[in-house]
Amino acid sequence: MAHDTHIHVRSQAEFEYAKKKRADEMKGHLATFAIMIFLTLIAFTMVAAGFSAYLIVPIILLLAGIQVILQLYYFMHMSGKGHGMVAFFMFCGMFVAFITVLALVTIVWW
Amino acid sequence: MDINQKYTPQSWPDHPETATMEGKNKFIGFWLLLAAETVTFASLFATYLALKDKGPSGMEFSAAGLFELPLVFAMTMILLTSSLTSVYAMYHMKNHNFKAMQAWLGITVLLGATFLGLEIYEFNHYVHLGFGFTNSAFSSAFYVLVGTHGAHVLFGLSWFIALMLRNAKRGLNMYNAPKFYLASLYWHFIDVVWVFIFTVVYLMGVIG
Repeated sequence: MAHDTHIHVRSQAEFEYAKKKRADEMKGHLATFAIMIFLTLIAFTMVAAGFSAYLIVPIILLLAGIQVILQLYYFMHMSGKGHGMVAFFMFCGMFVAFITVLALVTIVWW
Repeated sequence: MDINQKYTPQSWPDHPETATMEGKNKFIGFWLLLAAETVTFASLFATYLALKDKGPSGMEFSAAGLFELPLVFAMTMILLTSSLTSVYAMYHMKNHNFKAMQAWLGITVLLGATFLGLEIYEFNHYVHLGFGFTNSAFSSAFYVLVGTHGAHVLFGLSWFIALMLRNAKRGLNMYNAPKFYLASLYWHFIDVVWVFIFTVVYLMGVIG
């Protein structure tokens, strides 16, 4: 608690600019939300329409992957500054998981 | 950092959640927690996939015959919308508009509670059909996976409510901004897990 924060009072112009930037960002979030709803609708519709499972499964898994990326990068602000460490650990984890699955599949299949 | 330091929208920093050392530490610690949570859910998903439609008893129930999509669709839309309302709450947090933030968090809590109510209804319905926790390997794996997610929803709701009540008179400051921010990150994570639950458990369950 000993870390004092420097308080910077913005000028009116700086303040208006930051406020507008946040409002624009919020519009982007709204667009992200619309895309996520759309992806969900596609997934449910495909299953309700009764296409072949071999077609549906890869597509709905892909749609889920896209939704997660949208959540992480926009709703959880990973596209913003200061998330380098988070992204680094996440990609390391994905790399290890990928190698593990690949090795296991190789051992089992070949 | 002085807890009693008052801010105006003009003096409120761009990133209040990481403006203090304490906020930075919470931020990195919380992402590490999410990494651990990811591993927890990954193992529960693996368990579920391995035991899906497996007995030895209770084989009259299968994922394809049990799950009903309309209810799951409603739950998905509600949780997805609550993810957006918590984004709105954080938007107002960054604008230093405490009342609007509290209002959007309130809406988020209501949507989350509705989701939880529907999940309880769903579980209750299955139990009445005879698909209880001890029915089969499939039923245990299903309840543990979806139930763990439901427990996270309950925890997230309690977290939001506790923060809203505790800080109702304090207003927004540099001390509690990171707390609100992390609770909203947790809520998004819950939605991320649900995306995989509705895809892997329900949609892939219905198509057999």
